[in-house]
Amino acid sequence: MIIPIVRTALMALRRDRPALAMSFVLPIAFFSIFAAIFGGQHNSTAKIKVILVDQDRSRASLELTKGLEREASLVIATRPPSKDKAAAPPDYTAATAEAAVKSGDAPVALIIPAGFGQNPISFGGNQNGPTIQLLSDTSDMIAPQMVGGLLQKAAMTAMPAAMAEQGMKYTDQYIGGFTPEQRKEMDANLSYLRNLETKDSGNGAAPASSGSGSGGLVAVKVRSVVGENKNGNMISFYAAGIGVMFLLFTASNSAGALLEEAESGTLDRVLSSRVTMTTLLAGKLAFNTMLAFAQLVVMFLWAQAFFKLDLFTHIPGFVVMAFCTAFAVAAFGMLLASICHTRAQLGALSTLVILTMSAIGGSMFPRFFMPAAMQKAGLFTINAWAIDGFTKVFWRDLPVSELWPQVGVLLAVGIALFLIARRIARRWEYA
Amino acid sequence: MNDQLIAAAPAQSSPPALKPQSPEPIPLSVDSLLKRFGQVTAVDGISLTLNGGECLGLLGPNGAGKSTLIRCIVGRAIADAGRLSVFGFAAGTSEAREALGWVPQELALYPRLTCSENLGAFGRYHGLSGSKLAQSVAWCLEWAALQDRAGDLVKNLSGGMKRRLNMAAGIIHRPRVVLLDEPTVGVDPQSRNRIFEMIEALRAEGTAIIYTTHYMEEAERLCDRVAIIDHGRIVAQGTNRELIQNSFASRSQVLARFAGPADEIAAWVERHKGRLVDGVAEFTIEQSTQIASLLDDAAKAGLELVDVSLRRPNLESVFLHLTGRELRD
Repeated sequence: MIIPIVRTALMALRRDRPALAMSFVLPIAFFSIFAAIFGGQHNSTAKIKVILVDQDRSRASLELTKGLEREASLVIATRPPSKDKAAAPPDYTAATAEAAVKSGDAPVALIIPAGFGQNPISFGGNQNGPTIQLLSDTSDMIAPQMVGGLLQKAAMTAMPAAMAEQGMKYTDQYIGGFTPEQRKEMDANLSYLRNLETKDSGNGAAPASSGSGSGGLVAVKVRSVVGENKNGNMISFYAAGIGVMFLLFTASNSAGALLEEAESGTLDRVLSSRVTMTTLLAGKLAFNTMLAFAQLVVMFLWAQAFFKLDLFTHIPGFVVMAFCTAFAVAAFGMLLASICHTRAQLGALSTLVILTMSAIGGSMFPRFFMPAAMQKAGLFTINAWAIDGFTKVFWRDLPVSELWPQVGVLLAVGIALFLIARRIARRWEYA
Repeated sequence: MNDQLIAAAPAQSSPPALKPQSPEPIPLSVDSLLKRFGQVTAVDGISLTLNGGECLGLLGPNGAGKSTLIRCIVGRAIADAGRLSVFGFAAGTSEAREALGWVPQELALYPRLTCSENLGAFGRYHGLSGSKLAQSVAWCLEWAALQDRAGDLVKNLSGGMKRRLNMAAGIIHRPRVVLLDEPTVGVDPQSRNRIFEMIEALRAEGTAIIYTTHYMEEAERLCDRVAIIDHGRIVAQGTNRELIQNSFASRSQVLARFAGPADEIAAWVERHKGRLVDGVAEFTIEQSTQIASLLDDAAKAGLELVDVSLRRPNLESVFLHLTGRELRD
């Protein structure tokens, strides 16, 4: 009797083609996404953007800058991206660099102070000279550490002359100085090293790394400019990320009531009254938006109560972001429901689309861990824009006016999805 | 005619409202209505009128086109051709919608809402509010004998109660024309009688009703006139008496069952211009004296008579006579 049962189950599965397709498509889709994110595609590994302010403009600081620019995993920016082709924007200053890190333009900024070239090498923590400042956004826990290490590597490999010169100074200071012959020989060697540096910077090849470079050759003071007064964890990030993912599931499930009503005939009865399809869909959109908004409120209140998220000092930004996110998510649910013909189809499709969006959009892990291409792909998801907005509010303490890109995109996406859903819902209007 | 042409009307646009020109416009007028689904013609040029306070039965088997006709009337299906008006207003206009009450065959209710909440929801969809809505909900609950279950969730009601609530939700806005699409499907005889009483109460108030069914007894009990529908067409319409008279005049039907070889019985029935329906031989006779000669002939043919009865023709006989098929095919 087992075979007839298997046979019946197979026949039923074969009739439910969307479910059958999802059985195979879902795992393949997820495998592909995770492989793309974490797979060994070295060429597409995310580069760390570093804002660099050289207040010294000495030979040593320029050599260090060139050394950092040669690092393949770093993108050094000395000035903001140009919006006007005719006029290049001014170089970053210490203040604008700090502001840029705070606003999320880059996770790290390096400030090489004036006078750095006089005493570039600290040799084990000599803090007498000017110290390089590393301004960091601790929401990205990896980038500051990587940049700190690569900074030491660059100092080691890009400034051999500075290192030798510094060594000579110490010898002069503590041992009693060189003889004229020794000094002549040392100067000749220094010239050779400087020529080598010039050649290295000319051909652009990165010198081979011979270690971690973390020996503290240059003195660095790390300062968190974002999140320094936070709890140290990323509660707001996870509240937004996980919240949006489940909002999407709730919205699609709630919008699925439309399918039940269509199947039961209730939709027909409603549409035979004064209610039009546009009114009906708008009503459901309003309800689903309120539902999603309420979910976000509850989630953030929970985070406030148990994880010390500072909700009450961010009410305006939270309300704006929560509403826009809820609206976009609700419209997304309406679209999914209008596309599908049965609850089973909706379940399969929503699982595929929502988990994909959540993976790419940063709900499962931060987008800055992803390769650049995946980070760009994430911009096509509601998750990414919502998380970016909530991060601006809770992590960067930015005012509501700074939320306009996220607000604009989420509202536009919501309106567009609703209009498409309305167009597709014509099939329910008349037979 | 006050009718509005709705042929090939675009799905989105509503036809312009026409003002009724006569002081007492016909509640419902359908003229040459045509509705196709692909290659299938569901409604094939149906014309009918429904007069004030009248109950018109649409009698036909499943798939005859009754429900499609109803859906066209309430604007849930767009006819490919034909004219349709409700109190002189074109179908689809707000006036027509408000004048119509539709009770679909499906239990079109919100299962997670209570009886009162369902009625309230559909009342609001029809524009009712405040005390008017409360009064209407109370009236409907009483009409459906559901006052005691007003606060119960729909999913907890019996099948008959759900059916009654389904009807009440269709008339919450107190329409002047009610379209009942097989309202007794799947209910027990007791609940069916309760539903009949509800419909008779509506009729007593002067509400014009279209009642679709494939149960001959229901049409005979409830309807002033009956339109027999088959394959999307009205094959006959009139009062019960008129339909039977037109098909059978003064003739009666003899029903007989025989024991013996099936092929011999079939051949003998065919020779005597009868029909075999579920093993019962049916013959139409002019005079009751013909029964004796018929049975005598059967005995001579070697058929053993099991039982015999004489029946006056009914609507089912009319349907069989007109279409050659049983009503419940």
